[in-house]
Amino acid sequence: MKTNSILEKVLANGNLAVTSECGPPRGAVPEKVKEKGQLLAGFVDAVNVTDNQTAMVRMSSLGASILLRQMGLNPLLQMVTRDRNRLAMQSEILSAYAHGIDTMLCLSGDHPHFGDHPMAASVHDIDSIQLIQMVKTMRDEGRFQGGAEIENPPKMFIGAAANPFADPFELRVMRLAKKVAAGVDFIQTQCIYNIEKFETWMEGVRNRGLHEKCYILAGVTPMKSAGMARYMKNKVPGMDVPDAVVARMAAKPKEEQAQEGVDICIETIQRLSQVKGVAGFHIMAIEWEKIVPQIVERAGLLPRPQVA
Amino acid sequence: MDYIQPFNRILLVGCNECVTVCSAGGRKEVGLLSSALQSAFLSAGKSIDIKEHTLERQCDPEYVEELVGMMDGVDAVVSMACGCGVQEVARRYKNKPVFPAVNTKFMGASERQGVWAERCQGCGNCLLGITGGICPIARCSKQLMNGPCGGSTNGKCEISKEVDCAWQLIWDRLKMLGQEERYLDIIPAKDWRTAGGGGPRKIVREDLAG
Ligand code: SF4
Ligand code: SF4
Repeated sequence: MKTNSILEKVLANGNLAVTSECGPPRGAVPEKVKEKGQLLAGFVDAVNVTDNQTAMVRMSSLGASILLRQMGLNPLLQMVTRDRNRLAMQSEILSAYAHGIDTMLCLSGDHPHFGDHPMAASVHDIDSIQLIQMVKTMRDEGRFQGGAEIENPPKMFIGAAANPFADPFELRVMRLAKKVAAGVDFIQTQCIYNIEKFETWMEGVRNRGLHEKCYILAGVTPMKSAGMARYMKNKVPGMDVPDAVVARMAAKPKEEQAQEGVDICIETIQRLSQVKGVAGFHIMAIEWEKIVPQIVERAGLLPRPQVA
Repeated sequence: MDYIQPFNRILLVGCNECVTVCSAGGRKEVGLLSSALQSAFLSAGKSIDIKEHTLERQCDPEYVEELVGMMDGVDAVVSMACGCGVQEVARRYKNKPVFPAVNTKFMGASERQGVWAERCQGCGNCLLGITGGICPIARCSKQLMNGPCGGSTNGKCEISKEVDCAWQLIWDRLKMLGQEERYLDIIPAKDWRTAGGGGPRKIVREDLAG
């Protein structure tokens, strides 16, 4: 085992892992973090804590992760390269580890163009692949990126994102190969609605043997309404929602659409469980955390394994 | 206009190099800006004396020296050169206020008539040799050196349908060159000292500097 991460242990035991996420609040309100944590406790192996997602200012991922850790949950610290240079990132990783946070996700982050501070300067001192390399060097060699030795190096279980649906499609497997070469331990994918395309991507992943070198958690997001389905299809870059899925949502009356969204999500999980190389699920119920227990239960993913 | 409001005698200086080519600060623009300023001030009830001059190159002390004779008769200088030219004039004529007339945005190339696009950020450690001749620093919105990000759609960048995704261009080019496997080489974290991270930059060529 490379780390003490519960997520790593669950995956190493061959269980289908379950992660979900908690978006920190836009204010100094720890209660909101705790509320979301409470909803997820016992249903997931780790909780992603997003880092100024969609380039909107929120409580920091580290701050909210510490709150969750204090409640006994396993936070998964997300870190984007947009907002910090390598000094700030390394110091934050030390702080996280000092608070018992041992799992993280390396991302480049959405462009500020999408958020509420489009006038901000992006940092991008390093990119997500270079961040993976840096965290790995800190863990395995006990050195900062600049070369100096670290006292009690942080042992992070290292994750990254993959989007099987973005362009150029033929590059998407190679992009994963690059992350694996950089030292990633696990992957959480973009939300999957186009199952055929995901399966094509997985085939490419297996052809390069990448599923044996990192754990792949398939991303799913339950949709609340046909409007949300249309929005994701048309407005969110790199999102692939087939017409058939939008139509299926729209065919239901408004008050039944949320339930339909949950059903689609559960069917997706069940179908993807059969795909060779899928090691678990990342359920992103955006501002809808309370639906996660139902999804996990109905998808047959309970009880969560007890590992220590 | 706010900049020069307090002054009566202005020297407006153009530059015959890059800003002429991109129609921002050459002889023609000097003439246009000069008459625009005069009429604007006139309608505000103020007369202003503008001298016009266009130098061969404003970033070179040899040419900036030409302005010596004109300096005495003016209160301020407005430069239509890029940021380098403005600073060179200010360095040479320490007792005259110098104002930029142009907001220098980037070093680019002409895409088509009337359209210029950013191509290089002068990072000082060029990656073009391994990225198929397309710069990921200046042309990827996130400066990704091992891209593309998950937002690349139909060849366009996630920030706008008007912006090409640099990594799509890089990939297309690598394919054309038959160098697809090159993409798998990880470009390591960049040393930004050459890009300005090490403080203001300077190039010294011993052979030319003497
Ligand atoms: S890699 Fe650096 S020097 Fe080369 S084109 Fe890009 S910014 Fe300019
Ligand atoms: S879409 Fe392409 S150009 Fe835009 S940030 Fe992503 S990789 Fe860079």
